[in-house]
Amino acid sequence: MQFMLLFSRQGKLRLQKWYVPLSDKEKKKITRELVQTVLARKPKMCSFLEWRDLKIVYKRYASLYFCCAIEDQDNELITLEIIHRYVELLDKYFGSVCELDIIFNFEKAYFILDEFLLGGEAQETSKKNVLKAIEQADLLQEVSTQSVTSEHLCKCIATPQ
Amino acid sequence: MPAVSKGDGMRGLAVFISDIRNCKSKEAEIKRINKELANIRSKFKGDKALDGYSKKKYVCKLLFIFLLGHDIDFGHMEAVNLLSSNKYTEKQIGYLFISVLVNSNSELIRLINNAIKNDLSSRNPTFMCLALHCIANVGSREMAEAFAGEIPRILVAGDTMDSVKQSAALCLLRLYKTSPDLVLMGEWTSRVVHLLNDQHMGVVTAAISLITCLSQKNPDEFKTCVSLAVSRLSRIVSSASTDLQDYTYYFVPAPWLSCKLLRLLQCYPPPEDGAVKGRLVECLETILNKAQEPPKSKKVQHSNAKNAILFEAISLIIHYDSEPNLLVRACNQLGQFLQHRETNLRYLALESMCTLASSEFSHEAVKTHIETVINALKTERDVSVRQRAADLLYAMCDRSNAKQIVAEMLSYLETADYSIREEMVLKVAILAEKYAVDYSWYVDTILNLIRIAGDYVSEEVWYRVIQIVINRDDVQGYAAKTVFEALQAPACHENMVKVGGYILGEFGNLIAGDPRSSPLVQFNLLHSKFHLCSVPTRALLLSAYIKFINLFPETKSTIQEVLRSDSQIRNSDVELQQRAVEYLKLSSIASTDVLATVLEEMPPFPERESSILAKLKKKKGPGAVSVNELEEGKREGGELNGGGERGGDSSAIASTPSPSADLLGLRAGPPVTAAAPSAGSLLVDVFSEAGVNDDGFLRFVCKNNGVLFENQLLQIGIKSEYRQNLGRMYLFYGNKTSVQFVTFTTTVTCPGELQSHILHIHTWNSLEPLIEGGAQVQQVINIECLTDFSDAPLLNIKFRYGGALQNLTLKLPVTINKFFQPTEMASHDFFQRWKQLSLPQQEAQKIFKANHAMDTEVLKAKLLGLGMALLENVDPNPENFVCAGVIQTKAQQVGSLLRLEPNAQAQMYRLTVRSSKDTVSKRLCELLAEQF
Repeated sequence: MQFMLLFSRQGKLRLQKWYVPLSDKEKKKITRELVQTVLARKPKMCSFLEWRDLKIVYKRYASLYFCCAIEDQDNELITLEIIHRYVELLDKYFGSVCELDIIFNFEKAYFILDEFLLGGEAQETSKKNVLKAIEQADLLQEVSTQSVTSEHLCKCIATPQ
Repeated sequence: MPAVSKGDGMRGLAVFISDIRNCKSKEAEIKRINKELANIRSKFKGDKALDGYSKKKYVCKLLFIFLLGHDIDFGHMEAVNLLSSNKYTEKQIGYLFISVLVNSNSELIRLINNAIKNDLSSRNPTFMCLALHCIANVGSREMAEAFAGEIPRILVAGDTMDSVKQSAALCLLRLYKTSPDLVLMGEWTSRVVHLLNDQHMGVVTAAISLITCLSQKNPDEFKTCVSLAVSRLSRIVSSASTDLQDYTYYFVPAPWLSCKLLRLLQCYPPPEDGAVKGRLVECLETILNKAQEPPKSKKVQHSNAKNAILFEAISLIIHYDSEPNLLVRACNQLGQFLQHRETNLRYLALESMCTLASSEFSHEAVKTHIETVINALKTERDVSVRQRAADLLYAMCDRSNAKQIVAEMLSYLETADYSIREEMVLKVAILAEKYAVDYSWYVDTILNLIRIAGDYVSEEVWYRVIQIVINRDDVQGYAAKTVFEALQAPACHENMVKVGGYILGEFGNLIAGDPRSSPLVQFNLLHSKFHLCSVPTRALLLSAYIKFINLFPETKSTIQEVLRSDSQIRNSDVELQQRAVEYLKLSSIASTDVLATVLEEMPPFPERESSILAKLKKKKGPGAVSVNELEEGKREGGELNGGGERGGDSSAIASTPSPSADLLGLRAGPPVTAAAPSAGSLLVDVFSEAGVNDDGFLRFVCKNNGVLFENQLLQIGIKSEYRQNLGRMYLFYGNKTSVQFVTFTTTVTCPGELQSHILHIHTWNSLEPLIEGGAQVQQVINIECLTDFSDAPLLNIKFRYGGALQNLTLKLPVTINKFFQPTEMASHDFFQRWKQLSLPQQEAQKIFKANHAMDTEVLKAKLLGLGMALLENVDPNPENFVCAGVIQTKAQQVGSLLRLEPNAQAQMYRLTVRSSKDTVSKRLCELLAEQF
């Protein structure tokens, strides 16, 4: 995988993870172009598209689009499930995750992603093991509460598209 | 799990994020951010030492601001400090900041690497993982240099925790991708391969990505992985859906690992060992069988995971291309997917079938799905799916179905999306040519193509139809008749007029017997289009007219009248005017014999690669495979006599059948083409000399701005500025003509040593590939001087002007003296330092004749332009000049002193340069000797 982007329906970038070295300028250009392309697509269209010499795999969960760029020989369907597993991890960790959780706890979203994918490849696909690693880290921290509400991403987990 | 935000909740951060979200406008957001940046800056600069928590909070805020898309130019040091914190969360935030905002600042990298080193040797698995994640995220060469030796040891050590092993494997993969020369597996190879046997599925999942990448590069060293991968795969495939516990995903056992295993096997040919191969075939059959079983869950995740494995297995089957039984089964399976209700599956099935179509075993099986695919092309609502369908039709096309497929593609073209029309046109043109048995069908197809999608028919396509008609006399009469009919349409595309003009000019006589297409009717038909056409087409038509005079003497007076009219003979376009004048003269002076010789029918074109094919090859995508195929098919069949120009080559246009090219004697030099009316003859000379142009180079030793290069077409201006060891150069490319330059590209290269050690050149703002006539575009080049250097970077410029490729290489005037810092010093200091630099190699001296007037003021200006300080009252002889300066390179500073002694009587100079580095003295002396 070359990169993963999370952005909202309004086109706001919520998370970006780059697995290839690119300049900031290039990253911004790619983001702009892809957000535009993906947002322009209709709901029933297929989740894959060719873009430059890469394949784009994307899926929408509630208000968020998850979008991955993979190389020619990579598997599109398994990438869709990488996205889903990541959503599940976020959901399990935050408890009914919503876009606001990712905005306010962006650093956590990055930490969870790093436990799951490293260098663009699946590192640990077991949900239990990933969450165990994150929770062990959390044990080293004080806990404070803070409540946020918004549309839950998991609505889409319950009803497959 | 409770709905709480985990962690130690940085309240200030949450408040800040809320504030940003509440900003009503972009301006308000920027204002709020600037306020925060000022606050953080003052905290970081403040006298009070910040506690770890505050530092973490501020670093996190900076990170948030950066991720919003704003630039951050401080805080790196604080983030690095966090790395050595004992508190996990502080360390974690520090690493996150570094991962996202790496800075190539060498000082910082050393500190970061130190912190990583400490964490790697901490024996604390959580810390080790953090450090490994950071390396994997940054993946820079400096990190590879520091850790590529250590990580393999961690990966294979017996006492390493599983989670650390997983991170180490993927970390190593990332380093291998960026710096393959630094990652040497050597002695570890076999132990790494055996990670495929690891009990922990997570370790296998991570390690296999590394092994796959290494196998691609060194298949022999890693080939033992094949049997291990097969047995691992076999165990997974045959396991019950619950055996693998948490590695089972929606009732599918280990889908990610299965896909990766199948992918690894695609790096190798089929296993030679019969038992291994048998086991693998069994696995593949099981996977195909499972596809027929009823689903264990209705969830899309279940079917996606299952089908991901299936598609990967089919890829492996196609890769082996040796098991007819499996290939046909794969094809049938994909055939089912072609009609699946999931768009994703239809898309993938079309894509995968495209590769199956090229296998001799499955080509026929793929063909049976033609109706479904045609239907997809017509009815799919998503253009990307339709594109796949078009690709597949192209791939499955052969002589038996060519007419059907070409007809379907043509009818699709009428409504096709603009984005794919050009490619469709090329594909239709290629298929029509390749499978044409009957050339009237070919001519019909191409003319239809021009009628339906004229704008997308590139020159290559219509050149090609002309080449083929000229080379095959059995189709010439038909072609003339068909274009004549096509031109009857009240509105027809200009490309049709071009083809029509050319073909009637050559073969109009073949249909002239019919009174409905008598010579005069043909001429009037062509001429009725004349005024609607662009200059190149008009030029082509004028050539057709002179050929008419030769073919049909009865049209002579009519045509001469047209040529003689003011709109031709006084046309403001020089090419049109010239043609009109010359053709008129030729028709009135030359005897019929001479005219017949000059305007003889075009000789056949030599057989070459189809230019259309070359064009399609340049396009990426799945079509590429089939193009190669097609080429082979063509070589074997060789059914076409058609020739072509050198595909895509610069001179392609010159060798195409240009009407004027063959009017011998009219113009010496290279043939002028219809497409490049006035350019041709002058162009070829302009850039004809190969090699590097360095005329401008020496003029810039003592100045930074000016015109580097200029000819009839192009002017290149330079503005540059230098500070310390850094420079920035602005290049201005001006198009001096009224015609646009297309595919304009520039590349800066540092030849030889310069590239790796001496100069670091970075070009930004990529140029648009098009420069309009009269326009100027700008490019910026950043230069960093690492150590002293003698060579100059090269600037290569390529573009097309009126169809002809222009190629030019210039030396960029980046010379070592640009990095001078002037140093003022008194006479005493100067001579003391002069004496200190007394080693023979530190001095370079040259005595040379003056090339210019020995004017003191001019000399002074030049020496100042050199970048050194011009020291007054230092040399006892007032006629002499002395200068001092320090050259700033990244690696070191090189102090230099210079003395120039003019001898007005002899019109000679003696130049002496001393500097702490011999290469610098020598180079400065060389550069300067040319300046005075």
